[in-house]
Amino acid sequence: MTSAEVAASLKVTRTELEDFLYAEAALLDSWQLDQWLALFAEGARYLVPPAGAAEDADPATTLFYIADDYHRLCERVKRLKKPTAHAEFPHSKCRRLVSNVRLLGGTDSEFSATSNYVTYRSKMGATQVYFGHHVYVMRKVGGDFKILKKTSFIDADDIRDQNKVSIIL
Amino acid sequence: MLADRTQPRSAYVKEDPARGIFRVSRRVFVEPEVLARERRQIFDRCWLYLGHESEIAQPGDFLTRSVGGRELIFTRGKDRVVRAFFNTCPHRGAMVCREKQGNGAMFRCFYHSWAFNLEGKLVNRPGDECYTAEARVGGQHDLVAAPQFEHYRGLYFVHFQRSSESLATYLAGAVEFIDLVMDQAETGMEIVGGTQEYSIDANWKLLCENSFDGYHGIPTHATYFDYLQSRAGQLVSRSLSTGQAHDLGNGHAVVEYSAPWGRPIALAVPAWGAAGEQEVALVKARLEEKFGLQRAARMALMNRNMVIFPNLVLNDIMAVTVRTFFPAGPARNLVNAWTLAPREESATMRERRLLNFLEFLGPGGFATPDDCEALALCQRGYSNLLEAGWNDISKGMNSADPKIDDELQMRVFWREWDRRVAEEAA
Repeated sequence: MTSAEVAASLKVTRTELEDFLYAEAALLDSWQLDQWLALFAEGARYLVPPAGAAEDADPATTLFYIADDYHRLCERVKRLKKPTAHAEFPHSKCRRLVSNVRLLGGTDSEFSATSNYVTYRSKMGATQVYFGHHVYVMRKVGGDFKILKKTSFIDADDIRDQNKVSIIL
Repeated sequence: MLADRTQPRSAYVKEDPARGIFRVSRRVFVEPEVLARERRQIFDRCWLYLGHESEIAQPGDFLTRSVGGRELIFTRGKDRVVRAFFNTCPHRGAMVCREKQGNGAMFRCFYHSWAFNLEGKLVNRPGDECYTAEARVGGQHDLVAAPQFEHYRGLYFVHFQRSSESLATYLAGAVEFIDLVMDQAETGMEIVGGTQEYSIDANWKLLCENSFDGYHGIPTHATYFDYLQSRAGQLVSRSLSTGQAHDLGNGHAVVEYSAPWGRPIALAVPAWGAAGEQEVALVKARLEEKFGLQRAARMALMNRNMVIFPNLVLNDIMAVTVRTFFPAGPARNLVNAWTLAPREESATMRERRLLNFLEFLGPGGFATPDDCEALALCQRGYSNLLEAGWNDISKGMNSADPKIDDELQMRVFWREWDRRVAEEAA
């Protein structure tokens, strides 16, 4: 099925999904982390597999960089707002570019989508570039999207150039 | 335990036992000449960690790795023998293996299609008949093996000089602490879940210090402890920092202590539930039967952060991490990290272990990114070294009972560093 056919079968348009993903990126760019967290359903997960990981990588058997359940995700947001989250104090300057948005399939109550991303992070005179793709599992309730799972794949061989993953991608 | 006693020999380390002062020149973190000396005097002359046997478990398995400035192949032959070769073709020098890991019967250099078997022998090339017997004599057309290659309990090390002390002699007192990790498994320990390959914009020696620095835990990692407290049942009632530092000889040192986090081997936290507790109790009973109450308790309950000189970290904490790293310049450190687990561990405990690991450790954890930030800030701070030139490592200098938040373990590292770097100057 093409993305358009999936969209038709789901009653979700790519445009409205793009609007949502651009708004999500804007919240992260401006460090409005509580508002960003509110885009997630309770029980949602946020995952960052190791660089270059296979699409089906599983945090139960593979050592991820991040494998947050909902509690840990909430704590990650709390942590990133504290001055004692030293790696992100003061907050780095970030800008996220999101493109190649595609609906992958699913049902009305739960569907998956993907986007490509480039995230720039600048701090202390150095700039890191993260690039890869996000895979979302989402649900649309009324007019609202909720994220059930966000997996941010880093499509690089390793993260030598990026040092670490102290931001949300 | 050895006392603080050796006299420093280079101008970089100043030790004054009478006054309880130990200082390291900040030049050692920034000067290219120091790094050049380290390459010659340390990385060319110490046993360096290459990998764990479980990473190449099957005949034909191989992986490639940069170690001590070299490009190496770590492989298991069809004869099950584990070998290490320099990843360079004897013909023109191209790397013969370009994959990070895999399984195969040979390594073929694509440039002129010379092919080598898993024992490193040249087995095929175009125009073989055009070479004289003299040109091939003495294995001149085979892959070059690591001059020395030994393992201790599955941890494989290379040494780039042929006549050196054996690995076991080199490891000295570290052997006891490696045993405390390896003995946790009934059927052997294995690397699980792959490699974390990241970097820190700071000198490599700062990560040696940081890896067993018991003094920075509370101030640097406040948000990690906040997190543990946030999660119902993630803490056990054991306080951090009751413990000791030990000099293990040859520049190796360890801190051993109790801590409030769960340990997948045999210290359950309430959040793991009755099933988790039961599983841990079975492991603990097995350890007690095999090793006695005292040693079993030590294995199950105590945490250990060890640095094997110069650059192997074996930290047996909320998970077991194996970490090694190499300088890509005075201010750049390339880090490889893994986690070790008992082969026989249940899938549930394995998942708890991996989550325990990445809650604290690794480039996306609640703690390691802040360590990286601290080390990068130290490095930036050294731009002031002409006016502010010395690091202080004097904490607990003349204590008879060095605690984990003292700095004996770092002094052990620095004395060995100093001895080796000074040897060339002498």
